[in-house]
Amino acid sequence: MKKEITLKINGEEFTKEVEPRTLLVHFIREDIGMTGTHIGCDTSSCGACTILIDGKSAKSCTVLAVQAAGKEITTVEGIATTEGAHPIQEGFKENHGLHCGFCTPGMMLRAIELLEKNPDPTEEEIRWGISGNLCRCTGYNNIVKSIKYAGAKLRGDELPSTEPVFVE
Amino acid sequence: MIQCKTSKEISGMGHSMKRKEDDRFIHGKGNYTDDVKLPGTLYMDIVRSPYAYAKIKNIDSSEALKIPGVLAVVTGKDLEQYNLHWMPTLMSDTQMVLPVDTVMYQAQEVAAVIATEKYIARDAREAVKVEYEVMKPVVDPFKSLDADAPILRTDKPDKKDNHIWHWEVGQKEETEKIFQEAEVTVKEQMHIPRIHVASIETCGCVASYDKVDNHLTMYMTTQAPHAIRTVFALVAGHVGLTEEKIRVISPDIGGGFGGKVPVYPGYVIAIAASFLIGKPVKWIEDRSENLQADSFARDYHITAELAGTKDGKILATRMKVLADHGYTDASANPSKFPTGMFSIGTGSYDYPNAFMEADAVYTNKPPGGVAYRCSFRVTEAVHAIERITDRFALEIGKDPAALRFQNFIKKEQFPYHSPTGWEYDSGDYEAGLKLAMKGVDYDNLRIEQAEKRKKGELMGIGLSTFTEIVGAGPSKDFDILGIKMFDSAEIRVHPTGKAIARFGTKSQGQGHETTYAQIIAEELGIPAKDIQIEEGDTDTAPYGLGTYASRSTPTAGAAAVMAARKLRDKAKKIAAYLLEVSEDDLEWEPGKFSVKGAPEKSKTIQEIIFASYTNHPQGMEAGFEATHYYDPPNLTFPSGAYICVVDIDSDTFEIKVRRFVAIDDAGHIINPMIAQGQVHGGLTQGIAPAMYEELIYDDDGNILNGTLMDYLVPTAVESPSWETGHTVTPSPHHPIGAKGIGESPTVGAPPAIANAIVDALKPYGITHLDIPITPYKIFKALKEKGVLDKNIVES
Repeated sequence: MKKEITLKINGEEFTKEVEPRTLLVHFIREDIGMTGTHIGCDTSSCGACTILIDGKSAKSCTVLAVQAAGKEITTVEGIATTEGAHPIQEGFKENHGLHCGFCTPGMMLRAIELLEKNPDPTEEEIRWGISGNLCRCTGYNNIVKSIKYAGAKLRGDELPSTEPVFVE
Repeated sequence: MIQCKTSKEISGMGHSMKRKEDDRFIHGKGNYTDDVKLPGTLYMDIVRSPYAYAKIKNIDSSEALKIPGVLAVVTGKDLEQYNLHWMPTLMSDTQMVLPVDTVMYQAQEVAAVIATEKYIARDAREAVKVEYEVMKPVVDPFKSLDADAPILRTDKPDKKDNHIWHWEVGQKEETEKIFQEAEVTVKEQMHIPRIHVASIETCGCVASYDKVDNHLTMYMTTQAPHAIRTVFALVAGHVGLTEEKIRVISPDIGGGFGGKVPVYPGYVIAIAASFLIGKPVKWIEDRSENLQADSFARDYHITAELAGTKDGKILATRMKVLADHGYTDASANPSKFPTGMFSIGTGSYDYPNAFMEADAVYTNKPPGGVAYRCSFRVTEAVHAIERITDRFALEIGKDPAALRFQNFIKKEQFPYHSPTGWEYDSGDYEAGLKLAMKGVDYDNLRIEQAEKRKKGELMGIGLSTFTEIVGAGPSKDFDILGIKMFDSAEIRVHPTGKAIARFGTKSQGQGHETTYAQIIAEELGIPAKDIQIEEGDTDTAPYGLGTYASRSTPTAGAAAVMAARKLRDKAKKIAAYLLEVSEDDLEWEPGKFSVKGAPEKSKTIQEIIFASYTNHPQGMEAGFEATHYYDPPNLTFPSGAYICVVDIDSDTFEIKVRRFVAIDDAGHIINPMIAQGQVHGGLTQGIAPAMYEELIYDDDGNILNGTLMDYLVPTAVESPSWETGHTVTPSPHHPIGAKGIGESPTVGAPPAIANAIVDALKPYGITHLDIPITPYKIFKALKEKGVLDKNIVES
């Protein structure tokens, strides 16, 4: 028995019929056709499917589409503005915060909420803050650097150097 | 310091250019296999065995087929009609696509359901009823050769045991003699655990067969699209799918690490289903299926020995390996190397003699193993040599750094011939270790450690000074299923001076779209931003063997250089024609040819390219395109010096990596930012097996940690803040002196961490702990030594 739901994704309103068991991540990827939100596990461990629901980060594989009725969803496709990339997107590109790019959308969405709650986090706060999101490629150093950079940009502070630092 | 010959505008070698591929990824516009949507797509799901070893008595699909939307349930018997129920592995063994009568490991594919929707396919999977007769599996590789062990491969009529092959290399008798006469010998039994690549994207495909044109387009998560196309043609040529009828497209890949080299049964079943039904069939595995059924890595049991003198000169090493391959040898090694490059096991040290041998066995576990971010079993070899070197230092009471300096192959000994038959191209191991020691402040750390030991605090310092062997490989020795391991580049430059270049490799996050463009920019002076890089489509890219074993820069990167140099030669001819001088009168600087002594008379590369289409000399071929297939004359030998500092809580035995300094030498660096990123990532994949990851099976062959809930991929919290640097010793035989860097950290980090932990426990008589080293393992080891004064209750 399908159920009709209405919700907003990246500011656009959608009304669709879904099976009550449909996971929100499948709804976004298959029914809406926005494939920037990824699936990396089946135990809600990896965070590749992280989105914002009413501004709060959530793993969209732990939410049913029907539970998202009436909510405002933000996915990676919705964070850039007409002026260009979101500071977190700029941070990841400038600081080599991604390799394969698969965890990146979830990681960025999680970081957006982290920086909203804590605009100037320490390295340790960032590491704990993204500990629900797995990255297998980067070793996290540059993800931390990317989030610090985005924090500075959002605060309007001087931007930290993006040059790699080496033991010399 | 890295020197750049080109301007930032051109961004050739040595510039930390921001990655060209990033824009699509940060905007959610990457195109991974699961993002591919074709009209009329059907969905496949797989019924898997709950048992490690069982006879299939019956498969009842009737209830599944009653579910609206279910089109078919495919079994081994169905595939048998087309002789598609078995397929070859890369090691000339055989692997079931779907079983006809017996399952050999838990989570093995038993049947596949095809349905109109993903959720319906999952419903149908649950509705398929399979009746099994459970048998006692062989789980322990040490017991697989016992006389009473069941013979697992009954499909091979001549097979009388579970032994797969024996391999050996080196000087058996001489080594034996040295061990008998040596002043000091040490020995440790070690296990390099069975682990999984666990790339965040799992494996999958969309198989789209067009019945009218008899043409298959296969979108799939593969690191080696051309080789896979050839394998498919070899497997399915007899049903009409010959190689020109197959197009393999490898879209963006969400991490590969060697796990996306093999052909998994799911791919073949999806092709068979699409072939029979005539519609696209999508199969994307779950994470749990990925961890439980896809190829594992490592799983070598190694007895490592070292013979030396009391004052620290090492004389010989001996290694004996038992390799657990699961039910079939599905390793992804070059054909002639059953143990891959394990024979690099004499490492960075000047060994007069060495002997290594290995035996591989079948067990009831998933098949493998893949070269997980490692040039074919180098990780296993490096762990053994770096651990046994430290064990020797401990035995004779010498500082492990001093012992290494004493025994390093010296800079002037290159090219160096190892006792196991390799010719190391170049290296400066002393320089690397000196820089690492300076970076970490080694001498003061030892002073601090001595003070802490007096107070009973556990602090350890561990070294790993390893040599890698990558870039397979020279065609005289290296092939996969007979195909030589060259690689290729094709450069097409458009009249307006912008270019597209295509390669036989396939990036999975390594940044090829940027680094290959930088290589071409270096050679031709065309700005890297103007060069588009394309990989992964067998209809357009030149044939190549793919990306794994750190081979892209050594092979395809070199091919790009050679193709670009062909174009520069052509450019010179055109410049001479345009400037009306002899070629000998011209000199090159990145981006232009000018007349010697008259620099105002010059032609830019863009002017020359335009002329190649509009005003080329009569008799010269028009256009500006070149292709090169590069067959490397030798492998490359990157090296590294890693130092790890750990603090262990003396109550809970929690291990904290305080510092980790990694100095790599990969020859000339193309993009320092990307190279450093590769090292960071590899180091986290090194700490993973050192402290967290291992696939564990019980006596019945049940996997005990087959999901990401309990298979512990490190998060940002477990991963320390890495400190990295480099020394530069170019490869003399590579056209730009590059060696490859992506895998060194995964290879070099685990022994540095293990050595640090064992060093912390040195006062308590512990000489070795198998990785992953957990707080519980430390607790148990200390308890066995009788040094725990607390009465801790063992859980």
